[in-house]
Amino acid sequence: MYSKWTYILVMFAVTYLVRVLPLTIFRKPINSRFMQSFLYYVPYVTLALMTFPAIINATQSPIAGALALLAGIAAAWLGAGLLPVAAICCVVVFAAEFIV
Amino acid sequence: MEKRSKKTEDAYTSSGEDLLSVERRKAFRQGIRDGVPIGLGYFAVSFSLGIIARNAGLSAFQGAIASLLCIASAGEYAGFTLIGASAALAEVALMTLIINLRYMLMSLALTQRTDPKMPFFHRLLFGGAVTDELFAINIARPGYLDPVYFYGAILISVPLWSVGTALGIVAGDILPARVVSALSVALYGMFIAIIVPQARKSKVIAGLILICFAASWGAEKLAFLQNISSGTKTIILTIVIASAAALLFPVDTKKAYGTPDESPNPDACTDGKEVRDV
Repeated sequence: MYSKWTYILVMFAVTYLVRVLPLTIFRKPINSRFMQSFLYYVPYVTLALMTFPAIINATQSPIAGALALLAGIAAAWLGAGLLPVAAICCVVVFAAEFIV
Repeated sequence: MEKRSKKTEDAYTSSGEDLLSVERRKAFRQGIRDGVPIGLGYFAVSFSLGIIARNAGLSAFQGAIASLLCIASAGEYAGFTLIGASAALAEVALMTLIINLRYMLMSLALTQRTDPKMPFFHRLLFGGAVTDELFAINIARPGYLDPVYFYGAILISVPLWSVGTALGIVAGDILPARVVSALSVALYGMFIAIIVPQARKSKVIAGLILICFAASWGAEKLAFLQNISSGTKTIILTIVIASAAALLFPVDTKKAYGTPDESPNPDACTDGKEVRDV
């Protein structure tokens, strides 16, 4: 069991180094096609993994979370930006949990 | 662009009072102006992040400091979740590294647009604030990156990110459970808003997302995986799935983050226009 501050310090140190090392020490572009492709795919893969099924576990009713997921995907597909999609998800959960 | 590069060059070669010149102040004001809409978005999303920090047992002050230092939505979300599970420090470090790998790509892209004459300490300062949105507005400007413009945008957006997290932690105690439940999906909504537009453009990304949903769901349900923490599962699945995708569907370099002199291709992960995740 570590102090919360120890965790925060580790999070900060890693996040800072990931951003600053390429700007300061590793200034060469990455030449490996595999590494470039890997780094390109990582954000989408990791965000998708963290979204489902976490979203249906986050709400009081899993159905509300599932509906929010579908509504969010539909809104983003139709071109809604970051804030509208986030807001739509919240509203769907709020409405759904009144009914369910 | 040449004209602008010339000006920037002059700013570094002449004496320090140039830092307070009309040109500098104008760039700073532009940074603040462009940082306002970003800051408002940060405020809303960090509120939702605060609810997760509260579940992990963080105080409002700890949440504010964590957000001020890390400025990373998905990274902080994963970190807070792991803190709540009393995870090992190595797991927190590895998870933070994997999730924030995309910032490495952005910093590398910024390197190509950084004036070699710029004093070195600027890299250490603005480097800590390379987020999707701040990267996007800086890369969208012509010529060399202007640290003064960057600082203006940081000054208005990052405090809102930090304060929003603290308020989310405090409000989680005050608001009814139903409202907290609704607000807690804002963060997932933001993740969706980042990945879905790309899925629409690329069948590979769309397929990957569906595979990830299935894999993540399976990893949670399968009995023999019960002893592995969810953080470790995410790390392993990310490495396996992203590696497989990189082998099967290699990406064109220039698509990934544009050449130094052109703005990034909208098809690549460093989207220059839309306000996205932190």
